[in-house]
Amino acid sequence: MTNPYDIHKVRRDFPILSIQMNGKPLVYLDNAATAQKPERVIRRIHDFYQREYATVHRGVYTLSQNSTWECEQVRDRCRKFLNAPDRDEIIFVSGATEAINLVASGYGRPFISTGDEILITEMEHHANIIPWQQICLEKGARLKVAPINDEGEIILEQFRKFLSPKTKMVAVTHMSNALGSINPVRRMAKLAHEAGAVILVDGAQGVVHASADVRELDCDFYCFSGHKIYGPTGVGVLWGRKQLLEKMEPYQTGGEMIKTVTFEKTTFAGLPQKFEAGTPPIAQIVGLGAALDYLETLGVENIRRHEKEILDYATEKLAAIAGLRIVGRAKSKGGVISFTLDGIHPHDIGTVLDQEGIAIRTGHHCAQPLMQRYGLPATARASFGLYNTRDEVDVLVRGITKVQEIFR
Amino acid sequence: MIPEPKLSHLYQEVILDHNRRPRNFGEMPDATVRARGVNPLCGDDYQIFLEINPAGEIQAVRFLGSGCAISKASASILTEMIRGKDTGYCDHLKNEFIRFMTQDKVPPAMTEAVGKLKLFEGVKEFPVRVKCATLIWHVLEEALKSLPEKKEGGRS
Ligand SMILES: Cc1ncc(COP(=O)(O)O)c(C=O)c1O
Repeated sequence: MTNPYDIHKVRRDFPILSIQMNGKPLVYLDNAATAQKPERVIRRIHDFYQREYATVHRGVYTLSQNSTWECEQVRDRCRKFLNAPDRDEIIFVSGATEAINLVASGYGRPFISTGDEILITEMEHHANIIPWQQICLEKGARLKVAPINDEGEIILEQFRKFLSPKTKMVAVTHMSNALGSINPVRRMAKLAHEAGAVILVDGAQGVVHASADVRELDCDFYCFSGHKIYGPTGVGVLWGRKQLLEKMEPYQTGGEMIKTVTFEKTTFAGLPQKFEAGTPPIAQIVGLGAALDYLETLGVENIRRHEKEILDYATEKLAAIAGLRIVGRAKSKGGVISFTLDGIHPHDIGTVLDQEGIAIRTGHHCAQPLMQRYGLPATARASFGLYNTRDEVDVLVRGITKVQEIFR
Repeated sequence: MIPEPKLSHLYQEVILDHNRRPRNFGEMPDATVRARGVNPLCGDDYQIFLEINPAGEIQAVRFLGSGCAISKASASILTEMIRGKDTGYCDHLKNEFIRFMTQDKVPPAMTEAVGKLKLFEGVKEFPVRVKCATLIWHVLEEALKSLPEKKEGGRS
C-alpha cells in the first residue's frame, strides 16, 4: 500500500514529539486545545526576531517596511487559505475569542436592538456564547439556543424553527471542540440568510479539520486561532464580508486604526486597519504564515485523509472497550473523541494516562451548557492532529485499560 | 521541586476503597446546617450536611455529590473523622489539613494533627490534584460559618 503521507517524516518536523513525559514517550492527544508547532514555524519566528523584526506600517526605514511587507504577505496567505474575495476582509486578531467579541460588539452595538434575537446552538464553546449573552444584556435582545440530538448533531428542522424575522445574528461553530461534530454550515447559512440574519461561523476547530472555504460555506463572518492550526498563540483571523465590516463600529480604538485625529474628532482608517488598533502581534503573524505554508506543503487533503483514518481507528478501538461510552457520534466528525468510563471520574483518567505519557483533556471543555445537555459534569477527550499515529491510539487504549484496572 | 509523582502514592488502597464505597453518603433532610461547594474547573460538586447538638458537637454528618476519586475519598474520610467532635475541633482540623496539603515543609506536629489524613500526602506529588483533596474541607468551612446565622433563624 502506498501512502503519500509519510507520518514518520511528518513527526520529525515537530521537535516536541520526541520528548519523554513521565518516563514515557509523549503521546500528545490534546490537539483541540492547542496544536504543537513544526520546526518550520519555530524557526521562522526565531529568524524573524533575529534578522527582520521591526514595527509595521509606521517606519520609513527599510527594516520596518520589510516587516510590514511580511505581515501583509500573510494577510494574502490567509485570504487564499479561506478563499475570501478580498484581502481587506482579513482582520488580524488575537484569536477566535477576540474575533467573536469583535463582531458581537462591532456589529451588535449598531445593528441589534431591543426585541431582536441572536441564535446559537447547544454545542457552542463559551467563546461563542458569552459575547452574545453580553450584547443581549446590553441591548435587551434575546439569546436563542437551537438544540442538538443525542448523537451531537444539530437538528436542522429545529434550527429552522428558531429562526424568525427577529433573528439578527446566527453564531454557530463549524466543528464542536467537545463532540467533534461538524455542522452543515452551508445549509445553516442559507436558512439564516432566508430569515434575513447574518451568520458568524466559529472556525476555531473547523479550520483545522474541515474545509474553511468561506465562499463555499457562504457565511458572513469566519474566525480562527493560529495556535490550533500549528501556528503561534496570540494571533488569529477574522474574516468578514466587506460591506458588513465597513458598516461596523471599531472594537478597540487607539493607534494604527485612524486616518486623522484631533482632540475634537477622529476619522477611522479603512479596512482592515479600522479593526487593528495598536501594534499587532508581528512575529506571530509571520509565524502563522509559516504554519499555513507548512500545511500547504503537506497537502490539506492528505492531512484530512490521515486524520480521518486515525479517528476511525480510534473510534473502533475505544468503542470496543467495555464500560467506555463515546459522547458525540455525529455522522460528520473531525478528530475529537469525548468519552466517559463507568464509575471513573475523567480527572482520574487524565492523571493515570499522564503517567503513561499520554496528554488528554478532561473537564467541561469550555462548554458547560453542552455538558449539562448530556447530564455529565465532565468528559475525557482525546483529540488528534496531523502527526498522531495508530500506535499512539494503541498506547491510549492500553492506558485506558490500566485506568480500569486501578479503579476496578 | 515537585517530588517525582507516583500513582501508587496518589491512589492508595484506602482512597480507592472510600471512592468505591463512600461512607455516610446521602442526603440529610433535617440537617442543622448544610453547604455546597463546586470546583468549576473539573466539575466536582459536593454538599455537606451536619447535625449539630446544642453543645456544638457533630451528631451526624453526611455528604452528597460527585467528583474524582480523591475528592470523594476525602469527603468520605472527613465524615468519619468529624463525627462526635465539636465544631472548634473541626475548624482546627480543617486549618491544619489545608496547611498540610499546601505547605512545602510540614512540621511533625502538623503531621500528627492531621492524623489519618496523612494518607493524602501523596496527592501533593500531583499539584493540580491538591484542590481535589481540600475541596470538601472548604465546604465544611462554609457550613460551619453559617452556624451563627442559623441561630437567628436564617438558613440558606
Ligand atoms: C470551538 C471553539 N471556539 C472558540 C475557541 C476559543 O479559541 P481561543 O481560546 O484560541 O480564542 C475554542 C478553543 O478552545 C474552540 O474550540
